[in-house]
Parts: sequence; C-alpha cells; structure tokens
Amino acid sequence: MKSVSIIGAGLTKFGEHWQVGLRELIAEAAVKAVDDAKIGGADLQAIYGGCMASGRFIGQEHIGALIADQLGMNPLPSTRLEAACASGSVAFRAGYFAVASGMYDVVAVGGVEKMTEISTEEAAIALGGAGDQEWELFNGATFPALYALMARRHMQEYGTTEEQMAACSVKNHANAVHNPYAQFQKEITVQDVMDSGYISSPLKLLDCSPITDGAAAVILCSTDKARKFTDTPIEIVGSGQASDTLALSGRKSLTTLEATRVAAQQAFKQARATPKDVDFAEVHDCFSIAEILAIEDLGFFAKGKGGSATEEGETALNAKLSINTSGGLKACGHPVGATGVKQIVEAVWQLRGQAGKRQVDGAELGLTHNVGGSGATALVHLFKRAD
Amino acid sequence: MELKAGIIGYGAAIPRLRIKTHEIAKVWGKDGDRIAEGLGVKEKAVASIDEDSATLAVESSRIALATSGIDAQEIGAVFVGSESKPYAVKPTATIVADALGATPELTAADLEFACKAGTASVQVCMGMCISKMIRYGVAVGTDTAQGRPADALEYTAGSGAAAFIISRESDNAEPIAVIDETYSFTTDTPDFWRRQHQEFPSHAGRFTAAPAYFRHVVSACQGLLKKTGTKPEDYDYAVFHQPNGKFPVRAAAMLGFDRKKIEQGLLAPIIGNTYSAASMIGLASVLDVAKPGDKILVVSYGSGAGSDAFAITATDAIKRKARHPSETVRQLAEKDRHYINYAEYAKHRRKIKSM
Repeated sequence: MKSVSIIGAGLTKFGEHWQVGLRELIAEAAVKAVDDAKIGGADLQAIYGGCMASGRFIGQEHIGALIADQLGMNPLPSTRLEAACASGSVAFRAGYFAVASGMYDVVAVGGVEKMTEISTEEAAIALGGAGDQEWELFNGATFPALYALMARRHMQEYGTTEEQMAACSVKNHANAVHNPYAQFQKEITVQDVMDSGYISSPLKLLDCSPITDGAAAVILCSTDKARKFTDTPIEIVGSGQASDTLALSGRKSLTTLEATRVAAQQAFKQARATPKDVDFAEVHDCFSIAEILAIEDLGFFAKGKGGSATEEGETALNAKLSINTSGGLKACGHPVGATGVKQIVEAVWQLRGQAGKRQVDGAELGLTHNVGGSGATALVHLFKRAD
Repeated sequence: MELKAGIIGYGAAIPRLRIKTHEIAKVWGKDGDRIAEGLGVKEKAVASIDEDSATLAVESSRIALATSGIDAQEIGAVFVGSESKPYAVKPTATIVADALGATPELTAADLEFACKAGTASVQVCMGMCISKMIRYGVAVGTDTAQGRPADALEYTAGSGAAAFIISRESDNAEPIAVIDETYSFTTDTPDFWRRQHQEFPSHAGRFTAAPAYFRHVVSACQGLLKKTGTKPEDYDYAVFHQPNGKFPVRAAAMLGFDRKKIEQGLLAPIIGNTYSAASMIGLASVLDVAKPGDKILVVSYGSGAGSDAFAITATDAIKRKARHPSETVRQLAEKDRHYINYAEYAKHRRKIKSM
C-alpha cells in the first residue's frame, strides 16, 4: 500500500448560504483546494464526494455526477458516498484507498451539504434518517433525543453535569472566534448555554450543533509524487473505520461509542502511535455530550473524566490537548456531508502552521474523528507532515 | 416648479383589546420575559370578533376625512392595502368609499404587498393627483394579522389601520405635509407568504431578516437619501416598518439615524406589528407632533419583497388644531385598553375551530 498525502485543501464559509446553491458551494471548495494544491484539472483522475441527504434537503440525488459536471471534469469517474454525518470521512477514505492502491495518483475528495432550504422541522426529520427509522425516528426519537439518552446515562454513571457539557460549547465558541470560516464567531458563557432552553433534556439549544450550509475539499496524492506539487504534504498515517448497531437500543453501553473505540485502535495501530502522541484533535461534537464521549473513547481521557477535563480547561486551545480548534460542529457549523472533510482541512492547516490565532503550538500529529448517526459509523484519521 | 403631492388628512384606528406577550408564551410553555425582551414587544392590539380590516379601514378613513375638511364627493380614488381582507374576492375599498360617502363617481381597488400595500396605495394616489386624474385620493393600510398558534409570529401579529388623504400641493386644500420624494426598492425575495386557501402565513425564519427586511429597508432609505441629496441628520423624524420592536431600531442604527428620531413613530412595542398599517400608523403618530418645516422620513417594508421610502416636510397648516384627529395615535394606543387572556384571544381571532 502506497503512502498518501494531502496536497491541497479548500473550504467555504460555513453558515446560512441563502444566495448560493449546492453547486456553487461545491465549486468554491473544489476550486480553492485545486488552487491550493497548485495542480491543474488535467492532473485529477477521480472524484469522491460525501453528502448525506441532498435528496431530502434539496431534492437532488446523483451528487457524484453533479460534482464532475459542475467542475467541468467529465468524463472523470465521480462517486458519492453516504454514511450520514460521517459521509465526508467515508468519501475521504475511499479516495485514500484509491491512491494507496496505486490505481490513481491524484484524486479530489469533497463533502457538501445544503441544509437551509427546508424548515428546521423538516431538517430534523431528514437528519433522523441517520438513526433507525423503524425503531427510533418513527417512534419520535429525533437526534437530540438519542444523544439526550446518552447524556443522561453519562450523568448517572459518572456524575457528569450539565455545566460540564456546556463547557464544551463554550470552549468551541471561543475557538471559532479565531476561525473566519465558522458559522458562529461569537463567544458564549456557561450561563448562556444553561439559559438557552431545553431541546431534549438535559440538552439545551446551545448544546446542539446548528443547521449549516457548506462544502470542503482536499486533493490527495501519492506521497512520492506529492513533492512535485508542494513542500509540505500532509501524510495520512492512520485510518480506521468501524460500525455498530444502527439503533441505540442494540448497544452494550450508552456511554461508549464502540465504533469510535475500534476505529481509533485501527488508526493508532497503523500510525504506530498512541493517544498521548496526539497534539490536537477535531472530534465529532454534534452535541456537547458527543465531544465528552469522543475524548474518552479516543483514549485522551479516562472514561467518565471527559466532562471534568473540559470544565477544567484541559481541552482548550494550547492547554493539555487542543480539541476542536475549528470551533467544532457546534460553533464552526455542521453541514453534515461536509463536516468530515472540514475536520481534515482544519488538520491540514494546523499541521502546516496556517491556523492563525487558533494555531496549536508544535502541532505534529493531528487526529480527526467523524461519527455517523448516534455512533453506527465512526472514522478516525491521523495526519502528520511529510516534508 | 415641480408639482408635488401632499397629505391633507390622516387618521388611525387601533382596537382596544390587548394580549400580553407573556400570556401567549405561557400557553406554549415559553419564557415570556425572554420573548418580550427578544422581540421588543410587550403586548399587541387584537381585533375583536366584531372587527376586521374593513371596519378598521373605515374608522381610520373617517377620521382622515374629518381632519382634511374636504367634501367626500370630491374624492376620486380609494385604495386599501391589506393582507387580511375579509373577502378574498370583493373589495374592501368599496366598503370604505361607501362609508365615507364618496361613491359612486370614483375609482377604488384593494392592493396587496404583505406589509407595504398601504404605502403603495399612497404612491398610487400621489401619481393620480400629480397627473390630475383625480383631485383627492384616500390611501389606507389596514390589517388584522394572523399568526399560526405557537408560531413566532403569534407574539407580534397585531391589528390596526391608518388612512391618508392625498392631494396636489397647490390645490387650495392646504396639505399639512408635502411629500417631497418617494423611492422604492423591490426584488423577488420569498421571505414570508400565504398561499391561496391557507389560513396562516408561512415564513422563512432568519431569512426574513438580513436578505429581506434589512436589505430592502436599508436600500430604499439609501436610495431616497441619494435621490434627494439628503442625509440622516437632515430629518427630524424617521419611521421604519416595525415587524417587532427591534428591527426598526437596528435599521435606524445601520443607516445612521439617531435613536431619538424614531421613538415618536415606534408603536410596535405596545401594539405589535400592524402589517400594512405599521409604518403608516408610525407616520400618523409623527404628524401628531410635527411642527412646520419638520422633515420626516418613512420607509415601509413588505415581504416578497420591497420597501417604499418617502421624504415628507410638514407645512404651516399642520399648526391648526382642526387638522389633527381629536386623539393622537399615542392616546389611541393607550386609552381604554382591555386585556384578554389566550382563551378570549382564541375566540376573538376565530382560532376555536368548532365555533
């Protein structure tokens, strides 16, 4: 298997893009990534796109073909991959395998979602498709309800508090202030979160990631050819993916995402690294409790200690371990299909030292963690510079 | 010299029933203080079961006619702007014209443009007066706005009307204020709508703010300032469409108008959003206190979307007591208020389906 590196990264502003459609979002991110990689269109050999629910959000399927068409890249093979909120990361992994196998030298990977065309209620139903339609959504369990169950159990088993969960949102908003691509570049306080009104107890509005439009793209290249285009290729040193039961009711535990744990093991094994070696991580905080679960399941903190560690500031920028420097899903925004690729774009910028005021000092090994549904899919990737 | 149109009479109507933001919030399990603070609206005026946009239009028009001192038979046109007509087909304007004693030798029609058909009616009357098609025209904005139960609109959708009688500047009718200029800014922007046979309007949440209200209000105002070569400092009063108590304040700040200049015309905090009547009631309230020479800027907003901006100057005639309604808009909004609970509100607004 060949070593693969990222040679270009591009991102649209995340937010409510009322003036542009899915096509324009894809084009903006892709063109930025191609420009960043200093390649020409003729260098690209295949395209992989992650998108969760464009059929529900804008009535458009066949996104693979749409991307190639929009970018003027026909007749390149162009494929859409879907794994709910982990769609971006599964597309990335497909692109990684395509280059690692030796089939292609240069491919583009994108993620996109246009979510604001429909009402919040309709969007909640569309997102509910990431869980088990028959056993969960049909019976009224939308995503806030599923994560609320996990939060309640975590509170009972480990004494995690609502204030500790709020601390995740507060920290992520503080990071997003320094991210010009973030949906909410605005600081909030624990009190703001506590006062924001219950969505599904114990989760309040400001514990929840928003509905967002956005796109992200990266260009992958075999590491041996990458130096032709850039002095700082970002090498994929670990990649893991695992699955779990679609419905929460089938899980052994409500306080561990087993798929995260297994995917992390795979990625760390491949990278010959341990959680202690990681300098920063973009983790899947679709809800504040999800960030606490993630930093425990990834091995950064002992089970049950994620809440207190966050409250004590250990996951703040340049503290013990910088978590979600982009602002995470909460404050940077969560265009579901784009999120996994956005996390990787943030990792690229951090490793290149291009993250501005949110730069992690001495960033050498970065981790991204992307979850589909309530944990039925999880992907973990590890990156370092290959210059 | 260019012929201008002017206002020779005005009147407003505000129902006496009120419901507090708190009372509505309580029913839906929401925090009333937070909502009242967030919207800048503490209560709204509610049309009773015996009132509708036609009765309010008639009431305000009769006051306007009285203050104008003209003979109703000289009225050449009546235009009524509303998005809550009692009849889907059958004009409110004919009801108003007949009630004023202006029929049969006149033209009449209803206009609809969400919250700005009232100011569009003013513009139509201006054109007809200046072109000498008619001598006097009546322009009315009236609404008994409805919000779907539990929708954010329910806290603000209010009831009220305002009427203006428009004439040519020189036509011995002595306008109390001259409309120096008008400028409109219109695009196809679907931020709020109600389709045929639907009882309640739909809206696009936050989309109703930046790309809708603010873009059109700010652009119309800036367009008017440019067209007239004036600056915010040149105006003594400014009135912006007021879907709630916060948007007009923010629009004024964005445009550089001192907060003090919008207070007199800001009624939304105590009567809610009266839709087609909102900016017109605000203007009526300013005319209650304006002195000769005072310059007034008015910008309406209608979803869909567009804004009409007006630059108005009060004349010497505004000094005369007979040219004003017996009660000011503020007095009207604050007298005889009768507070109702949500159950009574549901009855008056015909939300009880088995009635």
